[in-house]
Amino acid sequence: MQLLMQQMVDGIAWGSLYGALALTLVLVYRASGIINFAQAEFAMVGAFVAWQFHDWGAPILLAIGAAMVLSFFGGAAAELIFVRPLGRNASHFTLIIITLGLMLVFNNGAGWVWDFSTRSFPEIWSGPVLNIGPAVLSRQAFAIIAAAGIIAVILYVIFQRTRVGLAMRAAVGNPESATLSGIGVANLTTITWGMAAVIGTLVASLAAPQLFLQPNMLFTTLIYAFAAMILGGLNSPPGALVAGIIVGVVENLAGTYIPGIGNDFKQAIALVIIIGVLVVRPQGLFGKKEVARV
Amino acid sequence: MTFFAITGLTAGYGQGTVLHGIDIAVEEGDIAVILGANGAGKTTLMRTITGMLRPRGSVQLEGVEIAGRKPHVIARLGIAHVPQGRGTFTDLTVEENLRVGGNRLAENELRSSIARWYDFFPRLGDRADQLAGGMSGGEQQMLAIARALISQPRLLLLDEPSLGLAPKITSEVFGVLTEINAETGITVLVVEQNAKVALAAASKGFVMESGRIIRSGPAASMRDDDEIRRAYLG
Repeated sequence: MQLLMQQMVDGIAWGSLYGALALTLVLVYRASGIINFAQAEFAMVGAFVAWQFHDWGAPILLAIGAAMVLSFFGGAAAELIFVRPLGRNASHFTLIIITLGLMLVFNNGAGWVWDFSTRSFPEIWSGPVLNIGPAVLSRQAFAIIAAAGIIAVILYVIFQRTRVGLAMRAAVGNPESATLSGIGVANLTTITWGMAAVIGTLVASLAAPQLFLQPNMLFTTLIYAFAAMILGGLNSPPGALVAGIIVGVVENLAGTYIPGIGNDFKQAIALVIIIGVLVVRPQGLFGKKEVARV
Repeated sequence: MTFFAITGLTAGYGQGTVLHGIDIAVEEGDIAVILGANGAGKTTLMRTITGMLRPRGSVQLEGVEIAGRKPHVIARLGIAHVPQGRGTFTDLTVEENLRVGGNRLAENELRSSIARWYDFFPRLGDRADQLAGGMSGGEQQMLAIARALISQPRLLLLDEPSLGLAPKITSEVFGVLTEINAETGITVLVVEQNAKVALAAASKGFVMESGRIIRSGPAASMRDDDEIRRAYLG
């Protein structure tokens, strides 16, 4: 019982991380219609920037905050420079190759600037573990869960309660009609890339103490995030978060209770989820089926 | 000065030219209709006016040149376009659709504008919180018109409002258009295949064929014209 609870709690903590990273993929997918393979690398670079500020003497929270601000411009610039010039009708293949290219550039670029050795990264909330019933949770893991919750609430408020959020939903649902209503769809897309990068930097900075900071730190996480994105339905932000937690819990339970999987083979769970969802329910758990009547 | 004037407008997709030197003049407060068969270039004309295709030639609204500007800028200059297939945001609620239409208005202005259109279309008010995609075709067309008008445009463009609607609903839509035109004085330019109902509502008519305007004149005289009768009234 205690082991089960512990695995669940760990699963939720890791799952929040997968979900939040999946969320950044979903935001960009909704805005640009592509899966940005470089999304995790943006986040990793963001964490390196935070580390750098901290190394120069800034308190860790301030360093992460400053890196998040810079990330907004970095993410927006990536869209402006590499995606927007190709236009709305660029082939998906071209765009995917571009994001794969960006992934390699950012990965190697980070290695070139900060080298490939692992570094420790300070926790934002350290101290003795928290007791949750029979299970325990590190304070940093709690911070990750809380951050995922806060991100969800902020995004909900932006999308449901603000004009720019409504304009973003309109631009996603029907870009042409949004344009005809005077909405600058291209600029909203750029802003969305910026937002996704900000979230990614926060997530990577919170995960870095556990994963250790190095250019490949999010590689495994990204595979789980893909699984969460697909399970959640590609275009549903709340779906990504919920599916992330499901993936995290399933992964932990499977690693513990299914003989032969263990820690080493756990990544295969993500691939099994990806393939299973695509075969059984391609729209995912929360993906929208068209409700239009003609 | 003509209220809305298109002069020598040429446009197309890629290498193919679809519009060959279109000239159209519409006076303020008119309901003008452009008739034409499938493939005459009517939708291309609409899309060119609203900046989604690159034009050669001139398009002027109240003397301001709009040809060559970006679509969202043209929308902000006062041209509202209800595209073919209505272009409602099916996964937004009715009210959210209207808010998107009025995204440039101040909040109190937007609220009163929405309230005004709910008065005009009570069915929209009843469904304010429903998803637009769940409404009937006729209701979606009314919503698209209300959404376009909520930003208080100078010119309303409609692309085949009758498409996919039952004849009775089509007449209702044109009835609503004439009513709105009489009440607000908004200038309307509509392209249609259904000549009968469109000419009944319009004050001015154009006939388009293979990317050219081949006839123009008062709608009343077109209604009685044998040639147009044969070609478009069936």
